[in-house]
Amino acid sequence: MSLPPLDSLPNPIRPAFTEHSREGSVIVNIGPSHPATHGTIQIVAELSGERVLRTDVHCGYLHRGFEKECESHTWHNLIPYVDRLNYCSALINDFAYCEAVEKLMGIEITPRCRHLRTLLGEYSRIADHLTCTAAALMELGAMTAFLYLVTIRDYIYEHLADLTGARVTYSYGRIGGLAHDLPEGWLKRLGEILDEMDTFTGRVHGLVDRNRIFIDRMRDVGVISTAEAVNWGFTGPILRSTGVPRDLRKDTPYLAYADLDFEVPVGIKGDNYDRYYVRMREIDESAHMIRQLVEMLPEGPLCVDDRRCTFPDKSLVYSEIESLINHFKLVMEGPQVPPGEVYSAQEGANGELGFFIVSVGGGVPWKVHCRAPSFVHMGGAHRMLDGYQLADIVPTFGSINMIGGECDR
Amino acid sequence: MDDAVFNRIRERLAGIAGEAAVAHGILVLEIEPTRLLEVVRALKDEFGFDMFLDVTAVDWPQREPRFDVVWHFYSTREFVRVRVRTRVQFADPTVDTLTKLYGSANYMERECHDMYGIVFRGNDDLRPILLYEGFEGHPLRKDYPKHREQPLVPYRDPKP
Repeated sequence: MSLPPLDSLPNPIRPAFTEHSREGSVIVNIGPSHPATHGTIQIVAELSGERVLRTDVHCGYLHRGFEKECESHTWHNLIPYVDRLNYCSALINDFAYCEAVEKLMGIEITPRCRHLRTLLGEYSRIADHLTCTAAALMELGAMTAFLYLVTIRDYIYEHLADLTGARVTYSYGRIGGLAHDLPEGWLKRLGEILDEMDTFTGRVHGLVDRNRIFIDRMRDVGVISTAEAVNWGFTGPILRSTGVPRDLRKDTPYLAYADLDFEVPVGIKGDNYDRYYVRMREIDESAHMIRQLVEMLPEGPLCVDDRRCTFPDKSLVYSEIESLINHFKLVMEGPQVPPGEVYSAQEGANGELGFFIVSVGGGVPWKVHCRAPSFVHMGGAHRMLDGYQLADIVPTFGSINMIGGECDR
Repeated sequence: MDDAVFNRIRERLAGIAGEAAVAHGILVLEIEPTRLLEVVRALKDEFGFDMFLDVTAVDWPQREPRFDVVWHFYSTREFVRVRVRTRVQFADPTVDTLTKLYGSANYMERECHDMYGIVFRGNDDLRPILLYEGFEGHPLRKDYPKHREQPLVPYRDPKP
């Protein structure tokens, strides 16, 4: 096969700069498909030797028209799509989206559903933080730590597959409830996995926390101050790494977080080391929360008894006409959401995950907008990259934890 | 606590910001596009709304002015959110940029420009961000057909 001439391929981006700001500098293009950018992101960087003078970060390579697609499906049918935003912690997306729709419908979920969503949200947060930390460590050469962490993540994926039938994208949330209740023995295995996780994260702490190479690569690299972080819209572990305990689970408690005892870990100066440590500590806090939730998990119904969104019991669908029609209407027309608009935010694994939804009534949304933390973080990423070494882009970018699915939507 | 903040905002912005109702826990300020900078400066400097969360638009093709432009702000001290909404005409979908006040506004204004064609006056970096150079139209407008494709590199014939 003959390759097309180079200049016949259009450039999808227009870099912010093409002129050199200083004599002898070079402008290099990193990504969008580069082994050190785990995520489809493109960074145009001007270098002086090994030092990064300025960067221009481009995303959008994973854009698939999520918001456009949402406008032609029923409220329920969107759940598999929202799963694919942050695919490292898909359940949090599910629950954040469902909560937004429930607010608009005026639905209050059942206590069991509230606690289960909290539990599964924290479980997903652990999986997300494990993924991020493991990948960041591997890119620094810490293969053992990577394998320890993804081993636990794989236990979690398998365990969630037992619950939902899928390893990564679960489609488990439902408007007004959850797809189904826990299988037998699920909580017992949960306890085993958490105990094992404590062992493995302990080993990772032992391997890297005071490791000279690790500290040299992470300490004082990618530093950002609290004021800068707020100005650039950073939320989640990045904001907390700068030393402020800003966490929506504490500040504006939702689901069952008001009933739980947990701390908000913060960093000292907002560098890569702090972001690593904040995530590791958040894993501990999440495990602590899950153990409390297992103890306090209430019995009772899982889904609200509301014919606008909850499917009738299958045996009733087959035996009485009202339930059959109800089922039919829910499938064909979708849950009837009253007109209005709502912005609802939850603390995702990466920061504030907000859904702004607009309904004009009926079963299909007029607009679904996702305020994705990764996208906002990419908007300010240059503040953490400029001025450091070229090689520092790798750990800094890893510690931001850009997830293409939610960044590019 | 939320109510106290919201009432102070209502008092301060009386006459500028419509009826300022609270909807699902968020204070909604309906303003004229020309008052945007004034309102947002007041929110930021006087009421501590230091975080720019989001900007997006809503398309109402049967209505003129056709677009709602919607901003969300958050106060990291009071833990409350406020929504600012304005309407702009199809013929001139222009509002002022907030990049002078919030760094994070840049990326989100670029996205809103991509998707709805809203022009942010004073933001000289409205390059495509989720779309690519040369993309025609604004895909989240209701009159952009969902199935329209604009491949940058032509599709290859499956059976050459």
